[in-house]
Amino acid sequence: MSGTVIELIRTKGDETETVGRAVYEHPLLIRLCHWLNAISLFVLAGSGLQIFRAFPSFGAKIPQKDLLQWPKAFAIGGWLGGALQWHLTFMWIYIATGLTYLGYQFFSGNYKQVLFTHRDIPGVWPMVRHYFFFGSKPEQHEAYNPLQKHAYTTVIVLGVLSVLTGLAIWKPVQFSWLAWLLGSFHLARLWHFLIMWAMIAFVLGHLIMVLLHGWNNFVSMLTGWKKDPEY
Amino acid sequence: MEPDDTKPAAVPLSNAKAGAEPDFAANRATEEKERPLVAQRKIIIPKVTERRFAQTTRRELFKVAPVVLLGTFAIPRVQESLLKSGLSFSDWVSARLFRRGHLAPTFADSQLTPFDKFPINDYDVDDPGVIFENWTLNVSGAVQKPGEYRLAQVQALPRVRHNTRHVCVEGWDVIGRFGGAKLSDFLTMIGADTSARFITVGCADDYYESLDMATALHPQTLLCYEMYDRPLSREHGAPLRLNIPTKIGYKQAKYLTDLKVTNVLDRVGYWEDQGYSSFYGL
Repeated sequence: MSGTVIELIRTKGDETETVGRAVYEHPLLIRLCHWLNAISLFVLAGSGLQIFRAFPSFGAKIPQKDLLQWPKAFAIGGWLGGALQWHLTFMWIYIATGLTYLGYQFFSGNYKQVLFTHRDIPGVWPMVRHYFFFGSKPEQHEAYNPLQKHAYTTVIVLGVLSVLTGLAIWKPVQFSWLAWLLGSFHLARLWHFLIMWAMIAFVLGHLIMVLLHGWNNFVSMLTGWKKDPEY
Repeated sequence: MEPDDTKPAAVPLSNAKAGAEPDFAANRATEEKERPLVAQRKIIIPKVTERRFAQTTRRELFKVAPVVLLGTFAIPRVQESLLKSGLSFSDWVSARLFRRGHLAPTFADSQLTPFDKFPINDYDVDDPGVIFENWTLNVSGAVQKPGEYRLAQVQALPRVRHNTRHVCVEGWDVIGRFGGAKLSDFLTMIGADTSARFITVGCADDYYESLDMATALHPQTLLCYEMYDRPLSREHGAPLRLNIPTKIGYKQAKYLTDLKVTNVLDRVGYWEDQGYSSFYGL
């Protein structure tokens, strides 16, 4: 169960000394989903940008006004057909891990660790002050601080939206109601694109925070156990 | 076989099961036995030796290891077949999602993309130089009445006109007005075996395509000879093209010359055979 705490001891002869603590933060299924999702998100963004290169615009085809020329070196698939193969393959891994993650979080109750609720609101401002270097670090009693919960909750919502907008682009006839809800096929494509950038922004922030918070934090997503937690 | 309780108590967790969660409960039990006289019960935190912890974390790390199997996508040889499987799976799902009676959205005349803004896309030439007077559609395969069909015979069938969205695999879309005969009516006229799996078409510019029977029978699938209420222009595929609002653009072949009803595909389509989706239903 996530939240399990242990005390680490070292024995020398008859003596035992306590050398630290560790907490079990991430159940196996969450860890598997995290890494599968990280890889598929990377592939989906890369191949998505290659697909975008085929028509780098959100306006009319005639006359075509390009929004940006994304360099081929930062895309996956090499050509439109290749990129579509990557996209249409990894979207299934992405959807499968997403559904597994949501199902597990819901049924295990583990979502309480991540979900941002109204109870987290009072803690937002002190944390913002801390992050922007004009406040001391608020005391933490759980795995994630309010801003972390907010980021994780937001990105999960974005993940769901990325699938829904993608579905509207892939199947604008079978899911015509979805395309209609999103404004049209045409707009769904724009939302899909913007959601990708929002998720890339999250990933960059996420990586910076992982670097700042050190090795133990990173390792916990591999082994489940975080050594010497801050709470 | 020694029973568990003969094992030395000093080694906690020796019988921990390899479940999803490491089980330190055994340790907790030991703790409680050792301190039965403590009056104030506190939350007892299990004590684990560093060595034991290292073993546990290593085991947990190995459980995540299967993720590296995705690395097979980086092996060029395997990559191609893996991606092909992914695409096939997507096509399989697409075919399941297709509903015979579900119509593609239609639009008001005011929403039409102006005719001169409707893109002309070819794989080769805008105008393969069809000589209209000599043009016929060659019909073959699983049909009762094979042979050459004139345009007038297609135009004699009930005409359907609709404003539908044309979606290109590149990502752009336009709303166009198309007119023609239902392919299903034509298939009835030629006595096609509609239990066959596919329709294939050949074109004056050597483009070729194929269509699953369910889509061929869809009420919005047209043998199109009109755009914007005027005879099809040469660049848009005169004299006859496919208009399939439930399919991606490249399926909607232009300058048709041949139509065959068949159960076997020796080739799928010009773009499909280069790696694009075979079904690509919208």
